Formats: sequence, C-alpha cells, structure tokens
Amino acid sequence: FLTCAYFVFLFRYLISYLFSCPCLRSFVNYEVKEDVAVIRMNDPNSKVNTLSVQMQTEMTEVFNEVLANNAVQSAVLISSKPGCFIAGADINMIQACKTAEEVTKLSQEGQKMFERIENSPKPIVAAINGSCLGGGLEFAIACQYRVATKSKKTVLGTPEVMLGLLPGAGGTQRLPKMVGIPGAFDMMLTGKNIRADKAKKMGLVHQLVDPLGPGLKSPEERTIEYLEEVAIQCAKDIVNKKIALTRKKGLMQKAQDYVLGIEFVRQQIYKTVTGKVMKMSKGLYPAPLKIIETVKAGLEQGPDSGYLAEAQNFGKLAMTSESNALIGLYHGQVACKKNRFGVPERPVKNLAILGAGLMGAGIAQVTVDKGINTILKDTMVDGLSRGQQQVYKGFNDKTKKKTITSFERDSILSSLTGQLDYKGFEKVDMVIEAVFEDLNIKHKVIKEVEAVISPHCIFATNTSALPIKDIAAASKRPEKVIGMHYFSPVDKMQLLEIITTDKTSKDTTASAVAVGLKQGKVIIVVGDGPGFYTTRCLAPMLAEAVRVLQEGVDPKKLDALTTGFGFPVGAATLADEVGIDVAAHVAEDLGKAFGSRFGGGNVEVLKTMVEKGFKGRKSGKGCYVYTPGLKSKDVNPDLEDLLEKYKLAANPSVSSDSDVQFRLVSRFVNEAVMCLQEGILNGPVEGDIGAVFGLGFPPCLGGPFRFVDTFGADKLVEKMRRFEHVYGNQFTPCQLLLDHAKDSNKRFQN
Amino acid sequence: VVAPIQTKSKKTLAKPGVKNIVLVDGVRTPFLTSGTTYADLMPHDLARAALQGLLHRTSLPKDAVDYVIYGTVIQEVKTSNVAREASLGAGFSDKIPCHTVTMACISSNVAMTTGTSGMIAAGQCDAIVAGGVEFMSDVPIRHSRKMRKTMLALNRAKTLGQRLSLIGSIRMAHLTPELPAVAEFSTAETMGHSADRLAAAFGVSRLEQDEFALRSHTLAKQAQDSGLLSDVISFKVPGRDMVSKDNGIRPSSMEQLAKLKPAFIKPHGTVTAANSSFLTDGASAVLIMSEEKALAMGYKPKAYLRDFVYVSQDPKDQLLLGPTYGTPKVLERAGLTMNDIDVFEFHEAFAGQIMANLKAMDSDWFAQTYMGRKTKVGTPPMEKFNLWGGSLSLGHPFGATGCRLVTTVAHRLQKEGGQYGLVAACAAGGQVT
Repeated sequence: FLTCAYFVFLFRYLISYLFSCPCLRSFVNYEVKEDVAVIRMNDPNSKVNTLSVQMQTEMTEVFNEVLANNAVQSAVLISSKPGCFIAGADINMIQACKTAEEVTKLSQEGQKMFERIENSPKPIVAAINGSCLGGGLEFAIACQYRVATKSKKTVLGTPEVMLGLLPGAGGTQRLPKMVGIPGAFDMMLTGKNIRADKAKKMGLVHQLVDPLGPGLKSPEERTIEYLEEVAIQCAKDIVNKKIALTRKKGLMQKAQDYVLGIEFVRQQIYKTVTGKVMKMSKGLYPAPLKIIETVKAGLEQGPDSGYLAEAQNFGKLAMTSESNALIGLYHGQVACKKNRFGVPERPVKNLAILGAGLMGAGIAQVTVDKGINTILKDTMVDGLSRGQQQVYKGFNDKTKKKTITSFERDSILSSLTGQLDYKGFEKVDMVIEAVFEDLNIKHKVIKEVEAVISPHCIFATNTSALPIKDIAAASKRPEKVIGMHYFSPVDKMQLLEIITTDKTSKDTTASAVAVGLKQGKVIIVVGDGPGFYTTRCLAPMLAEAVRVLQEGVDPKKLDALTTGFGFPVGAATLADEVGIDVAAHVAEDLGKAFGSRFGGGNVEVLKTMVEKGFKGRKSGKGCYVYTPGLKSKDVNPDLEDLLEKYKLAANPSVSSDSDVQFRLVSRFVNEAVMCLQEGILNGPVEGDIGAVFGLGFPPCLGGPFRFVDTFGADKLVEKMRRFEHVYGNQFTPCQLLLDHAKDSNKRFQN
Repeated sequence: VVAPIQTKSKKTLAKPGVKNIVLVDGVRTPFLTSGTTYADLMPHDLARAALQGLLHRTSLPKDAVDYVIYGTVIQEVKTSNVAREASLGAGFSDKIPCHTVTMACISSNVAMTTGTSGMIAAGQCDAIVAGGVEFMSDVPIRHSRKMRKTMLALNRAKTLGQRLSLIGSIRMAHLTPELPAVAEFSTAETMGHSADRLAAAFGVSRLEQDEFALRSHTLAKQAQDSGLLSDVISFKVPGRDMVSKDNGIRPSSMEQLAKLKPAFIKPHGTVTAANSSFLTDGASAVLIMSEEKALAMGYKPKAYLRDFVYVSQDPKDQLLLGPTYGTPKVLERAGLTMNDIDVFEFHEAFAGQIMANLKAMDSDWFAQTYMGRKTKVGTPPMEKFNLWGGSLSLGHPFGATGCRLVTTVAHRLQKEGGQYGLVAACAAGGQVT
C-alpha cells in the first residue's frame, strides 16, 4: 500500500507542476488587513494540513510576496481548517525518498525555510487552533510569537519519535532554547501531545484564546475568526513595541538557565536521559538516541553542527527498518480506524453489557462517554457494585488529571444504568456479553437475552477463544451474532478483534465496527475459528514459553529474553497478566482443536499452577509473587519445585539465548502467516496491527508480516527447520511462509 | 409581562377563570456598592428595611398579607430562611409563613411568580409580599473541607488523646479558606469570563460595550436627578448616616472608560469593570394581591401582572442569552408582539451581554440555527429600553434585581403612558425569566 501512497504523492506533484502559476495558489493564500498580512493555509485535498511539497512551495511564494510588500508590517499565520493548524510533514514525501541523502536534503530545505521565517524582519504570529504537530510545531516555533486556542482539539507536540524519526526542520535545535533542555527531551523522546494551557506554562505559546460558543456564525468558524483578530492585534502590538519579544525571565528560569549553563550538569543530563532511553527501549529503537545526539551536537558544538546533525540523522533514521515498521503501523492504524463495511442501517444508541467483571465494566467505561446509553447488568449485587466502581474510578481519575471536570464526569455517568434484571432490554440496539468463558453459560445467556430483546438487536460475544459459531448455535438469529474480542484493560488496550461467522450479516458487522470505532478502538475483522487470530498466535508462543520454563530457564530470564526482542511485556509476566487459568483453558481448547502442533510445554504445568492457586496477578501469585503496593516482584518460589516435577532436558543445539527468542517468535509468526493462508485474516495489515496492538508484538519490527519481509522468510524457515529437527511439527513452516521463502520477491508489505 | 391599570385597554389579557393579579406597590433600599455604608449589616437587616419601607409606603396592616417570599443567592448560613427573619424583624405578624427561594440573578422573580401563580392564582392566598435581598459586603468564607472534617471529628472525639491527635493532624493546607466565586459550578467559568466570550462570539466590540455602559449611567443619573426612582426608600443605617440614593451611578466619559484594562480575559478581552454590573448590597419588596382584594382594601394598584415564562439553555456557551430565548416565548403566551410592548426593562448583567442579546435577537441565522424559529426575534427599540438606567449603573444585588425591574416597568408605564411592559433577566445556570 506504500506504492499507493507513492502514487498519491506523484499525483500531487503533477498537480502542483500543472498549477504552479502563483495566481492559482490553492494551498496558501494571504490578504492584507490594514498593515498585517494574514496568511491562510488550507489543503484542498485533505481534512488536515500537512507540509507537503506544494504547501511548502506556495508558502515560500507567499512569504516572498509578504516580505516584498511595502504595505505589510507584520504577518499572521493561520489555518482555515477547524481542528487543524498543521498536522505534520507529509509522510509520503519522506517515504518517496530512496536514499538518506535525499531525506537529508528535504530536511535542509525545511531548515532553510524556517530559518528565513525566524529571521524575518517582519514579525510573524502563528495563530494555532487544532493540531500543531511535528513539522507544524517546528513551523510555529520558528515564528516570532504564538497564540493558541484553549480548544480541546488544540494540541502541540513532536510525535516524530513514534515514527522512528526526529524533528527534522530545526525542532531539535529550537525546542531546548524555548522550553529548556529537560522539557525539550521530554517532548521529543515521548512524542506526547501537549494541551494549550500546558504549552503556555512551558513557554511554548505566548497567549491563549478561549473557544467561543454560538454567535452570529458557527462556533468553529467564529473561533477561528476571533483567533485571527487577536493574532492581528498581537502582530500590530509587536510592531509598535507594545509587546516585547524578549520575555522577562523569572527567578526559577534564571536559576535553571544558570545550572544548565554548566557543562558538567548538561553532561549529567545527557547521561541520565540516555540511560532512561536504553532501559525503556533496550536499544532497539535508534530514534531516541539520535535525538539526544542531535540536541547535544547543537548545544555543545554550536548551531551549525546542530542543524547539520539534525539533517543527517533525519536522513539516516528515515532509512532504518524501525522507522519503516513504525510508519507502516501508523498507516495500518489509520486503515483500521475506518469502517470498510459501510454505514450500519441503524446507529447503536442503547447498548447493554452482560457481566460487570473487569472486561464488562471496561467495555462500559469506553462506551458510556460516547453518547451511548449503557446498561451494565450482572447477576450479583457485589459484582455489579464492583463493576460500577471500576467505571466511576476510570472517569474520576480523569477528573483528577483535569482532562474532564467533575461535572462532565457526573453527566457521563448519568448515561450508565447498573441493574440485575433485563429491564429496558427491549430498547437496546446491541448486547455485548462478557460473562464467564464457558460454552454452557454462554448458551444460557444467549437464550435468556433473545427472549427479551427486539428483533433488530445485535448480540455480540466477548470471548477470547470459544468459536463464535459454537456460541451462535444456541441462537435463533445467527445473522445477528458476532464476536467482539476486547483486550484487558479495555480502557488502555487499543485493539478490538471482531469475529464474523459465515452467517453473520454484513450490517451486523458494520454495526459492530461502528460501535468499536466510537469506543476509540483500532479494529481488525477476522474470520471465525478456534482462537480467531490473536489468541491463536499467542497460544503456541505461550506453549513454547512453558517448555522453555520446563527446560530450566527461570521466569526472569524468560522475560528478559522476550523484552530483549522488543516485546513490551515479557512472556512470563504476560501469562500472569492474562491469567494462568485463562492460559490453561486456551491451551487445552486450542490443543484439542489443532493437535500436536500446539504442543510444546506440558499443559499440566499450567493446570497444576491453577490447582495450587497460582492464577497470575489477580490471585497474587503466578510465575511471580505480587505484593500490593510494591512494583518490584519476585519469582514465585513454589514454581521452581513445581517445574522440577515436569523438568525437560534442554537440547543445547537450540537453547542459546537467540534460539530461545526465535523459538518463541517463529511459532507466533508462523501461526500468523497460517491465519492469512487460511483466510482467517483479511490481509497482512490487519495481521500486523492485531499482533502489535493486541499482543504487544515488537512495534520496532512492525508486526509478524513485516518482520518476515525484513528478516527474510528464507532465513526464518531455515531456523524453523533446525527447531523442527529437534521438536517436530510445532516448527513446521506453513505453505505460505515456504512460498515466500522460495521467492524473495514475494512480500507481505511494501 | 406587566400591564398598567389606568390606560384604556387596546386588548385585554385577562384569561377567563384566572384571577387578575395586581402589583399594588414596590419599594427598594438604595442599592449601594458593596463594602460601603451597609458594610456592617446582615442580609436580613436590608430585607427588613425594604419590608418596613413597603409597610410604610402602602400603610398595609401588619397582618394583612398571607405569605412572604424572598429571593437570595449567596446565603448567610445563620439566616438561611432570610424571609422569615426579615418579616419577623419588620413587625409582620408571626402568624405569616415565609420562605426563601433561590435561582441566581432571577431569585426575586421566582419569589414573585411563586406568589402569583403558585399562591394567588391557585386560591391559596389573596395577598403576598415578595422581595429579594443580596448582601455582598459579607459573604460566607468557609474553612477548607479538610479542616471542616477535622473540626467535626473533634466534636465527636471522646478522649483527650483522640482530640490531641486530631489537632496534631492539622497542616498548613487545612488553613486555606474556601471563597465563594461568582462562577458556574458545572463549568467553573466565572460570569465575567463567560460574558467576555459571549461578546466575542457575537462580535460585540469594546466600544459598543463602553457606549452602552455610558448610556446606562447617563440615563440612571437623569432618572435619579429628576426624581423618577420613586421606588427607593430612605434607610437610616444604624451607626451610620441616612441613605436615600443609589451610590453606583457614575456617568463618565468614553475616554475614561477606554482606559480600563479588561477584567476577566487578559490581555485581549473586552469586558471591564466599567462595562459590567458591580457587586452590590440591596433589598427590594413588592406587594402583590388579587385585584378583588386590592380594591376591597382600597388600593389603587399600579399594574396587572399578566404572564411569565422561564427558559434555560446550555450553561457554558449560552449562559447569558436567556432574554433572546425568553422574550418571544412570553410574548406568544400572552398573545402579544414586540410592537405591542411600550416599556422594556432588561437586566443589564454586562454591557456585552445586553449587546450580544440584541444581536442574537436581530439575527435570522441565530433564530433558525439555535431557536428553531423561521425568522429573527426582533430587537426592542432603544427609545423604549431601560430608560431609567439599569443594573450596570443602579447596581445589581443578585437576589433583589427582579423586583426592581417589575416596579420600574410599572412606574415607567404610568409615567410614559404605555400599556404593556416586558421584563427579562438572565441568570446563572443559563436560565431566564
């Protein structure tokens, strides 16, 4: 699909070539109000502004005209799009480059343009409403003054690091001067979004403007106009010296500047930050390290070295497989935020959730604030009360963090009804059941529910492994039955895996996807089968993890090996988080369905753990012992004795650290490829997104399919054959993987 | 909607089966900037002064009313039913029940309508006194929640040890007091901030606001000087001088007004101290009766009280737009049009708020987009609008303003020879009457 992006790029380039006559500018225009030039940006082909080739070309033209215009004393830079100033650089523009040198050149062009802005003899005020990210932020901070609206949509940030890149148009050099070295590192290394009021406190913007309500125009339109009026006044005041551009520094600021002026202190900061980055990223992500290096170059060797380092490192990073993987995930995520099944016949306005457990309450939490009336039903008062408290806590924590007011919290919760009976179910458009994972209970529930709901109501089942068609067998209306597999904790995990059977109607699917999107989820829609896609990939990896434990590797070492490969959570910790009982359940079910291929570790290990009460984090003991209030955890001492009973002899030929890592990962990847081969998956993009967002497959590898492409299917098959020789069919590569191994031109992703 | 008794009726608004209700008379204490001559009083003192003034003005026997209702916003906790304390203190019979209502800046409107529709029209009473009081010179400033919790626990502590450990738990943070703010609870936005945003939303300029403020002060001064503000009674404040005039009326010049810095949204806001109503102490009272009763007692009532409506909307972005929504509704209820109204009295919370309402009423787009109307409401002509000043200049004791507006309409109708008058006021919470 990158080819497609490339064509879009070419197409735009062609258009810009055809219409390069200045009188026909379509992206950037300006008008002079008194002596202030108001420069307006508006990409006619997109909902957001990006710093595309044409945007830059037209901006340069306009800027030249503004400079040459004697009637103009100052300028205001503003976007005509509600909710977006500039969302960033055009990623396609970077991806179209073939070499690091080309990207470096792009970066240098950007640097040059912003340098001219910074040195402009006529002051330029950036008037920011909506997202001001990446290249957009770099543009804004090159301006002399910044005014921003306090709208919730106004966010500033440098998200480049999340795409494996760095701010490549002067950001690494200007930010430390503007917000201080620690603040700049925080912004660039986390890529987090900063709201307007915080940005003001940090010194990133100078003045704030309140968003307006209804007036003689729509609130959005009038707010932009108001922002423009205020920005024009600022521009005039800068010219007539009512606003001084050099701000008086407070005592704290002076003290900080003094301390950071000491080279030793700066060296300590670089060291600390590098240490933190290494700990978090295990050195698997080159971008954060390059950011530190680039900032350091500018501060220690002067701006010339700094800007050069920025451009060169930007070029280098753009060519890394990590950046490629992260950008791929970004595109995939955008694709998985669309409903390819169309608009459902009727929108879900009333939704009921059965079971107020961790999952049920989590689903309620992400639903109730989206304008959907939500019923949370349980069978027991205690369970219901716990679930309601979980939802309340979710929103109350937001109140504490000041992302919502206590009034907003209360009014959101007024849409939530907790109950023990089926009252009001006749009005419900969708039921999501999140009861215990037992086919008989699910059947009982589906029958009870179908007796009370209206004919149009959809029945969604939240299960991690039970085939949906088996659950739907008890239904009178299987076309309305669908699987919605949420991941725990629901409010944090972005993925939703939707499972359709061959009987599920398209409208049911469209409706489920629409609800998921409202809940803010990234969605993959997969075919039915034991374990669907995600659980099916995870199960063989966990089976292998059990075998590794049986072979005498301790949980801490196992965790270190998996996180060292790039998984955010180690395999042993993951098992504890998922729950050993759930893992045992899944291992047994899928073992029955898929046979010896899903073997490896002995299921009895998990079963015995469950018998002894080692169910994972929720029971306080699993692979580790969890003490409430303590972050560090020790290995469960009883586990060692237990594993002793099931001890297997490790074969040294396949037990090196790297081999153990590949044993774990290759089974995961092979199963993912098999899901594509069997048509469970719609395509590799959804496969990669599902694995990364649902199971924590290393983001730097971009997902199992991109991993096969970058690592090489042939090399992977070679390793698997070696493991197969020792362990048998659990490592037999599937046909599709073999096809790719045979033909190196075959790729899952471009 | 208020209609005077004397003028020949073009059309009657009397409804079959509904009693005619009349305003016999209305008075108010002088409205003073808070922290001035009234500073040492308590709210019920002001309310009592208004009640005594009403008794004196109407020569009403002290047992001749059936009920007393007062409106207030910021309550003094010691006199939470301020109506009762004031009525007893004013010498009304202790057999007369009293209650206190609150609905932000339209609290005394609620007091009046509770009396008219809830009591007289329903046949519960024949004569009531309604009023309002606000006392901003002293407001309840509380201990912090933590401190209150500790103090309450201290009350229940049984042993010395328990007490000492509770006292020992008090930290500096406990001592930070809680101040009441003139802010919306739901949005935490102060009224002035909201007014500034509203003015900006309707593109009301600083100049327009200053001009309107100047108009209000100039007209108030003229009215005061020519003795038109006859509802004001003289009040001998204990330990201080006799007060007989509002003290917030200050006609200034446009140059002076232009010098002020914005008070809420800085630095680019347009609402200043001079184009906003100021914190005021004051009380008002009106005597309302069924027409039969008034005539039987030998009164010459000043006006019929015909109809009213309350509306409310979004407390964030349309907080102060009530008059725009309420005006067409009450006119439709009464079967009148804008042209029928001879006297308009709108509560002036902020000059920007009045101007925004006038612009909203003049906009077809606003009427169609937000009010579900085909055409605009239409604006009241300025030659009929707040001709004796308004809250900006006379002052705005939150709870007391409603009665002032009604009494002023009655007096203006008599003076100007009009037939129908209309009162509108916006209130916190996005409500209006």
